[in-house]
Amino acid sequence: MTVEKISNIIKIKRKLSYGVHELWIENSLISKQAKPGQFVIVRTSEKGERIPLTIVDVNGEDLRIVVKAVGKSTYELCALKEKDKLYDVVGPLGKPSEVKHYGNVLVIGGGVGIAAVLPIAKALKNMENRITVIIGSRTAQDLILKDEFTFADKLVLTTDDGSIGYRGTVIDAMKTELGSENYNIIWSIGPALMMKYSSEVAKTYNIPIWVSLNSIMIDGTGMCGGCRTVIKTENLEEIKYVCVDGPEFDGRYVDWDSFIKRLNQYKQQEKLSLEKYLREVGEPTWL
Amino acid sequence: MAVKERIHVPEQPADIRKSNFSEVSLGYTPELAQQEASRCLQCKIPTCVSGCPVGINIPGFIKEIANGNFEKSYRILKSYNYLPAICGRVCPQETQCEGACVLNKISKPINIGALERFAADWAYENKVKHENLVPNTSPQQKITKNKKIAIIGSGPAGLTVASELGKYGYNVDIYEALHEFGGVLTYGIPEFRLPKSIVKKETEDLEALGVRFFKNIPVGYAISVREIIEYYDTIFVGVGAGTPKFMGIPGSELNGVYSANEFLTRINLMKAYKFPEYDTPVRVGKKVVVVGGGNTAMDAARSALRLGADVTIVYRRTEAEMPARKDEIQHAKEEGVKFYTLAVPIRYLGDDLGNLIAIECIRMELGLPDESGRRRPVEIPNSNFIIQADTVIEAIGTQANRFLLSQFPDLKTNKYGYIVTNEFGQTSNPKIFAGGDIVTGSATVISAMGAGKKAVEGIIKFLEEG
Repeated sequence: MTVEKISNIIKIKRKLSYGVHELWIENSLISKQAKPGQFVIVRTSEKGERIPLTIVDVNGEDLRIVVKAVGKSTYELCALKEKDKLYDVVGPLGKPSEVKHYGNVLVIGGGVGIAAVLPIAKALKNMENRITVIIGSRTAQDLILKDEFTFADKLVLTTDDGSIGYRGTVIDAMKTELGSENYNIIWSIGPALMMKYSSEVAKTYNIPIWVSLNSIMIDGTGMCGGCRTVIKTENLEEIKYVCVDGPEFDGRYVDWDSFIKRLNQYKQQEKLSLEKYLREVGEPTWL
Repeated sequence: MAVKERIHVPEQPADIRKSNFSEVSLGYTPELAQQEASRCLQCKIPTCVSGCPVGINIPGFIKEIANGNFEKSYRILKSYNYLPAICGRVCPQETQCEGACVLNKISKPINIGALERFAADWAYENKVKHENLVPNTSPQQKITKNKKIAIIGSGPAGLTVASELGKYGYNVDIYEALHEFGGVLTYGIPEFRLPKSIVKKETEDLEALGVRFFKNIPVGYAISVREIIEYYDTIFVGVGAGTPKFMGIPGSELNGVYSANEFLTRINLMKAYKFPEYDTPVRVGKKVVVVGGGNTAMDAARSALRLGADVTIVYRRTEAEMPARKDEIQHAKEEGVKFYTLAVPIRYLGDDLGNLIAIECIRMELGLPDESGRRRPVEIPNSNFIIQADTVIEAIGTQANRFLLSQFPDLKTNKYGYIVTNEFGQTSNPKIFAGGDIVTGSATVISAMGAGKKAVEGIIKFLEEG
């Protein structure tokens, strides 16, 4: 029992692309227990929000997260420096990914979701699956972590502007892959719309597809119900809690429309909060 | 001898308090407390004590207040109950100690809750030291000081177990999954009923007993169950009932549909009422409907009111059947919360963006009594009607949270998912005890504390006799 020694100090911080940063945080409890697919919730200050973030990697006493600055709280996270301490870190939360031998697996990552699929892809590779990875972003500069997928049997890069890899989206590349090969299962993590479209494609091919839902969440322990999401199977409509029943679900059964609408619940407040923050700190040069 | 009138407790006027989160009740002044305390008849056989789940020496502490010995009064209280300022505020005294007061026969009972609160607040304001408090019960067993106890959950049950075992000199560690201690006292009960500074003070007092607090530790996740069972001599599980129930009617996924747990957690734990000074927001809008008739419904309604909304409580029975404390209903009414009884929502209506705009309800009438003894509400056909609403808060109760229990697969649970224990809180694993809402389903703070006290007896017996 080493509970007393948890420091939550940022050991390493690195900018991956504009507004996307990785942090290695010292927390041996989490680093020892974390499994691919699980997440942590962090706070930056006494007044801060609880921010859920996927655990990207662990190394000894440290865990790695990748943050994209989209609002006040994530701007603040990106502004932290090495040796700074996070105010709170809790985890590992959520159910781990179902990592086992499937055979031929397609792994898709979009934007900052590339970081979230990395540990799952690695773990699947270790279970002797054949892994094809498709990762994509807007431009070559945004395409994070592409050098960390060397373990994949096949790596496909896509950018919207064609500055690296194929010109197009990960969905285009996905269709090409599914058209040319048989896959047993798919993982797809990225922006909600990307996960929605990839799920629709998977449905037409009748292949299970795991997506990792990034619902708005508070406690992360099943206590508030804020992250609830409608899961519709053939004849059953169920409310599931992303924090404890997920975060991964078969994307073919997610009610994407209500999921996406719920992501916009606090849009006005988020805008207000970011504007206020930027008035206080000035130009966010650190992004 | 004529009994004097019960002394009214000063409170913030309704038209002022309805727009702030400061405590409604201002508490007795020393003079008022002495006057109220002197009404106590000091019964030889005090019925009030038998009405108290933790068996506080009520006439004893009241007598000291009457005599102006406030510090002594506080010491008596604290020796029975480490959380007197909390209990004085949130216990349902009308059904417990005050309900059992003999004065009920001829007048109004002693305001035991307000006196308890007074003694505790007075002691904290005057920085009374509370070291060297002795346990009020001396166990038969000898105490082995090097035994280690883990408490999972820092709500009222866990805090009670910690205080009792701490007083006996055991090594107690409390694990809390959230970033603040106190459980429902912190995330559930609003500031205007229970200031968080009080929760913090009474929680921190336990550190003087050597109790160690660890936050952000979801047991079973950050620490494995195997590890905790091996390391500690015994474990107490007091994780609360936890997960909110939803009615599950069409439209439940709309933006603006909250569980009371989420709405109150945003406001109390995350301080969304101070947004944007605090980062966590809450949606309120102009019109808020709260569904339910319990204390949680009143808390949610009064919180929404303080954030500037027009608030209506919709309840399927009549006011007489509402499980909320009468005082809370009264407070809500004084502040301007509207009550629409004998109605229930059947559908939520939203706009294209997925935002709630209205609620379709149906009227009810009372039929024959159900198993709870209350008359069952029955729908009146074709009585549907629409209420405009930007926000609806469902406060219809909670159910067992599997978050922790899924990590303890061997613990026997009942058909509702609550842990099965004997009368001393011992579970199907003799080393693990449990108490509070995770055993009984949602109940009160004091009943969780009572369960904690019972479990302490069981734990000491287990630790010392095996």
